[in-house]
Amino acid sequence: MEIHQLQQIVHKTRDARRTQTLPKYSPAERDTLIKKYHPDFRENAYRAIKFGPNKGESTVRELATLLEGDSPVPADVDLTPAHTVDVLVVGGGGAGCAASLHAHSQGARVLLATKLRLGDSNTVMAQGGIQVAITNEDSPIQHFLDTLKGGHMKNDHQLLKVMVEEGPSIAKWLLDLGVLFDRDADGNLHVKKGGGSSKPRLLTCSDYTGLEIMRVLKDEVLNQKIQLMEFSAAVELLSDGNGVCTGAVLQDLDNKRFVVVAAKTVILATGGIGRLHIQGFPTSNHYGATGDGLAMAYRMGAKLLQIDTFQYHPSGAVFPEQLIGALVTEGIRSEGGHLVNAKGERFVNELDTRDVVSSSIIRECEEGRGIRTMSGRIGVWLDTPLLEVEQGPGTLEKHFPAMVRQYKRYGIDIAKDPVLIYPTLHYQNGGVQIDVDSESGVRNLFVAGETSGGLHGRNRLMGNSLLDLMVFGKRAGLTAAARAASMKQGKLTLEHVKRFREDARKHGVSSDITSPMLFPAYAKKEG
Amino acid sequence: MPEVDKENVIDQEEVLRPKMVSVEIAGKTYQVPEGITVIKALWYTGQEVIRGAGCLGGFCGACATYYRTKDDPKVKTCLACQTAVQDGMSFSMVPPFPARKATYQMAELKDPKQDLFTLYPEAPLCRNCNACTEACPQTIDVREGVWRAVFGDFKAVSEMFMDCVMCGLCVPVCIADIAPNLVALYASRAQGVHFTDKPQRLFHRIKEIEEGRYAEEWDRVLHMNEQQLKEACAELK
Repeated sequence: MEIHQLQQIVHKTRDARRTQTLPKYSPAERDTLIKKYHPDFRENAYRAIKFGPNKGESTVRELATLLEGDSPVPADVDLTPAHTVDVLVVGGGGAGCAASLHAHSQGARVLLATKLRLGDSNTVMAQGGIQVAITNEDSPIQHFLDTLKGGHMKNDHQLLKVMVEEGPSIAKWLLDLGVLFDRDADGNLHVKKGGGSSKPRLLTCSDYTGLEIMRVLKDEVLNQKIQLMEFSAAVELLSDGNGVCTGAVLQDLDNKRFVVVAAKTVILATGGIGRLHIQGFPTSNHYGATGDGLAMAYRMGAKLLQIDTFQYHPSGAVFPEQLIGALVTEGIRSEGGHLVNAKGERFVNELDTRDVVSSSIIRECEEGRGIRTMSGRIGVWLDTPLLEVEQGPGTLEKHFPAMVRQYKRYGIDIAKDPVLIYPTLHYQNGGVQIDVDSESGVRNLFVAGETSGGLHGRNRLMGNSLLDLMVFGKRAGLTAAARAASMKQGKLTLEHVKRFREDARKHGVSSDITSPMLFPAYAKKEG
Repeated sequence: MPEVDKENVIDQEEVLRPKMVSVEIAGKTYQVPEGITVIKALWYTGQEVIRGAGCLGGFCGACATYYRTKDDPKVKTCLACQTAVQDGMSFSMVPPFPARKATYQMAELKDPKQDLFTLYPEAPLCRNCNACTEACPQTIDVREGVWRAVFGDFKAVSEMFMDCVMCGLCVPVCIADIAPNLVALYASRAQGVHFTDKPQRLFHRIKEIEEGRYAEEWDRVLHMNEQQLKEACAELK
């Protein structure tokens, strides 16, 4: 059927839906829904990891394969360092830049290495905002409880307390760098309500929050003249032979040469895993989100946490083909946009947590109330014109310019027509286990941002990722710099790789897969 | 397929029988499915892309591309991840351009509107050719923005350039060697650091936390058992 014909039901049912309020599910209902429909509970997508620190634990097959993968670095590689620094930061997104700036502020010699350009990351795409409890009706404690509830009570309490309590000072740090958050008329920071939060707490820069923060942090990294190596991917860590991290082997992607970096401390800020396309899902993630940090930390002996749980953002674009997987900001639902099935019905409280909303969309589609595309995709409608009806013409252009632009390129006017959405692989809830100073189980190996785990439990709340990056990027940077100031550089060996290879052999794993993956294999091999 | 579903299928003839179109990539001709994005056309033709792929969502500016459509002499710009190919299109990705970025300690500047002329002395030399505005894939009025910066209206600049993805396409076209995106970034940051209200409510909250306003409540919450925490969470509305 012609798309405009299918959209009629959304227009026809709009007025009736406006008066309707949908209750949130009870805890028991949420539980049943998630267990039945959330991709985290598809058993055949999972398998046990065969060896290493998380031996016997279950994760998605795509990740298990990478964790068991071999190092790309040959055992006899020359380990003479090309660079010797206090702090090596791997990754140029939000966490990496925050870590670099804070370590640099303490006088540490910092090298920031990133496999793409400085700033190419998931951070730059964050549209929803950053959660900071600042209003009189709100408090860090409420932020803590909201996050815990969203994370199914599985969050690390200490990490979480640190994050919510340092939120306000992080907001000030960003303001001091020139980040332009949206304001109220009285000059205070404007707050919006995010899915799964009991109070309005999202600081935003229209729907470009991540872009604005990333532009500023990038500029500051350059202003501070922090040593920067772009298109240089970390492919292996180095150890002193006794399990302490002492540096990393990078690969210059222009000439494929290995570059050895001796570093007293290493901060992994390599981001998430969307480009592994777990369970065949499209992803909202950037090109380099291939879980590099997880693979490297694992070989070094760092324990991973909650790597069986991933976040599928409820609203990934399904139509047109060019936008598949791209994110439709949660802000639309925050501002009152309805999710509507093929029968013109709402089916979930749109402001419930991401896992609940995603599960309910999958339910609608599996039970035959979805809208299909001829490329085999399926989705439900997100009623964007409703915002214009409720808040006046021009609302979308004013509050969601990025999204308006995104669709306009393909001739779609979201002010007039609803858009088709389906969950897209968005975030790695777990990751490398860290303490409150962002240090992993491996001494002198720090991990910040999406690569780390524990903070978000089994489901991250909207707006908590940008905060996580800034808080733990800062903590990693400060602790790593302080540590480096009081110690000598350890020797550089690949002993841990040797042990890892022996372990693989012992467990009968002879994989011809090497990790980190660095990039997804999109280039077609044959014509 | 459930019954109701059969009717709810969007017509997309192009997906069932992709129409192949002819495109020219960096001077070579290839056949690719019509409507895929420029970056996907590169992958489709077997090319590995490292320099030129970033967020793939239209936010990072890594995939700045020059293109021309069939028989049109006008060379246009786009982001390769956000633009669909069409028959007869020619395109090449834009290599990094060695623009000069001024370095500054933003908080220490005494008179940022004046300092602009020391940091970017070329900024007021704009010759109004408008090439930057035409080159902007985000349709920002770049030329206007440069002038606003020069005249000290940093607030307007910060609002106009909130959409800027720093792709740098405005830079190589400038006959006065201005890097408009960098000038705008400077002006926007200066606006934030020097000319924006101090948010009192935020400062108040920071002070409360420093003074231990929440210490007792933390103590209570952190000593709750799982059941008590669940109940506390259930009370949240």
